[in-house]
Amino acid sequence: MYKRILVANRGEIALRVIRACKELGIETIAIFSEGDRGAAYLDLADEAYCVGGVRSNESYLKIDRVISAAEVGNADAIHPGYGFLAENAHFNDVCRNCEIDFIGPLPESMEKLGDKNTARKMARAADVPVVPGSDGLIEDVKEAKRVAAEIGFPVLIKATAGGGGKGMRVAETEDDLENALQAAQQEAAAAFGNAGIYLEKYVGNPRHVEVQVIADQHGNVVHLWERDCSTQRRHQKLIEESPATNLPTEVRTAICDAAVRMIREANYHNAGTVEFIVDKDHNFYFIEVNARIQVEHPVSELVTGVDLIKNQIIVAAGEKLPFTQDDITCEGHAIECRINAENPDKNFQPCPGKIEHLVIPGGLGVRWDSHVYAGYTVPPYYDSMIGKLLVHRPTREEAIATMLRCLEELQVGGIETTASFHKKVLTHPEFAAGTIDTKFVERTF
Amino acid sequence: MAKSSNVFDMERLLQYVDFMKENDLTEIDLEQDGQKVRLSRGGVVQPLAAAPAPAAAAAPAAPADEAPADDEGDHIVTIDSPMVGTFYGSPNPDSPAFIKVGDSISSDTTVCIVEAMKVFNEISADVSGKVVAILVNDQDPVDCGKPMFKVDTRG
Repeated sequence: MYKRILVANRGEIALRVIRACKELGIETIAIFSEGDRGAAYLDLADEAYCVGGVRSNESYLKIDRVISAAEVGNADAIHPGYGFLAENAHFNDVCRNCEIDFIGPLPESMEKLGDKNTARKMARAADVPVVPGSDGLIEDVKEAKRVAAEIGFPVLIKATAGGGGKGMRVAETEDDLENALQAAQQEAAAAFGNAGIYLEKYVGNPRHVEVQVIADQHGNVVHLWERDCSTQRRHQKLIEESPATNLPTEVRTAICDAAVRMIREANYHNAGTVEFIVDKDHNFYFIEVNARIQVEHPVSELVTGVDLIKNQIIVAAGEKLPFTQDDITCEGHAIECRINAENPDKNFQPCPGKIEHLVIPGGLGVRWDSHVYAGYTVPPYYDSMIGKLLVHRPTREEAIATMLRCLEELQVGGIETTASFHKKVLTHPEFAAGTIDTKFVERTF
Repeated sequence: MAKSSNVFDMERLLQYVDFMKENDLTEIDLEQDGQKVRLSRGGVVQPLAAAPAPAAAAAPAAPADEAPADDEGDHIVTIDSPMVGTFYGSPNPDSPAFIKVGDSISSDTTVCIVEAMKVFNEISADVSGKVVAILVNDQDPVDCGKPMFKVDTRG
């Protein structure tokens, strides 16, 4: 088992990893930028190193400084968290070349899954349903028209190197196709340095259902059931829950089994999430694999009782998963609300600043994952999430009621947060009915 | 100030005490002909051990030109590490240090090495002046922004 782990991240996920390490008896090295100097969670690590200026590309993304901190601090392994370098196959490679373990999959798995078109091919090979679409990259408009006619309009043009909802365009009819194609190619080239695009059938009003999977280096792959993340705004998740409401058990099982097949096909180990879209007829289609631990991982931790971060460390160190699929049950219902320092009444404008006053909700079934405290200044340089508020109750109705109670109790003085927006969503009849799809927020608010 | 030239004259000492109060001074050392006394506010006037040879005349409280090197103030800057790594004060273990306290440096002067990922990076001063303090030891880990040297830009 590792003696020391460097946490190559910041904020709540850095704190999360430090907590897991402490419970495993592993020492921690934290890194921080000038923008995070003085943050209280850094004191919980055994050592902390400043890796540069406030901008992420001057600090958290500087591979040489992160590795240097690991060497100077004698780290055996690096946990990359999410975002930043978490899905950077090159960083993964550099770690291993420097004889530092990367807590995640092998670079090759990461690279293959990072190319969306290759991932689709792997899904097909694993007998995992994919959205009907082009067989590979689209070379020209003529081919685009042919494929679109086959799969049927509307079509979604997607960047193969894309992610985070960028490099995507919808073409409703053949007339739209040429322009949409060009626009997508240009955006892809600018954002990812790769203009390659492929086509998919556009599934209207889908649900976003993803499966948490973890695999060890001995061939054991276990899923921790699914999360429904349909409550999104501009492709950013706001609320996640488990299990997915109004999905028959056999559909949920089929989706989770497909996810496991995908992970095996990709020769993937460590924690990962397989994303699907689900249409109103309960057909599900593979979208992509997120080759990292995700923001919403606590949702699955609550319904299964499994500590995902600890198990990431355990399997990275070469040990077997301490449980089998038969040991995993999905109990009760969990909901997570991402609390962001944004003003929902001003188009979600970011609100960095000093938290003058903080009251955190409590009680049975309440979990708060956050690095903030009264007196903490939310820096303007990074993402706006200040905490994750989670509840776990026996039924979805109780979970919604408890979450509403918690959102009332939560007080963050000095900055604006999205708590009031979450209250609106959770009290909306569509949410209670469990008929949310990914367009719900845009349609309704 | 005083009529007597004897620093240990009681009347003069009391004048020093008043002077200290008025100017909010905490401590002064006085020396004359090998005899020393220290006045500390809040403390008791105590004789110190006699020095064998007269040292430079102690100035009565006002900061003197020959005051001991103060290392605080606007004229003092630090040379901070630009990267994460290991500090080395000399080019190799057998060589003398790049710089020592008292040296005059210019912005091109190599002040130390920070080793990162097996690459030995020579760090330039980027300031000119006189080195007044070295804040790290050989083979200490340094990170971004860690102050390594204090430089008096006046000198």
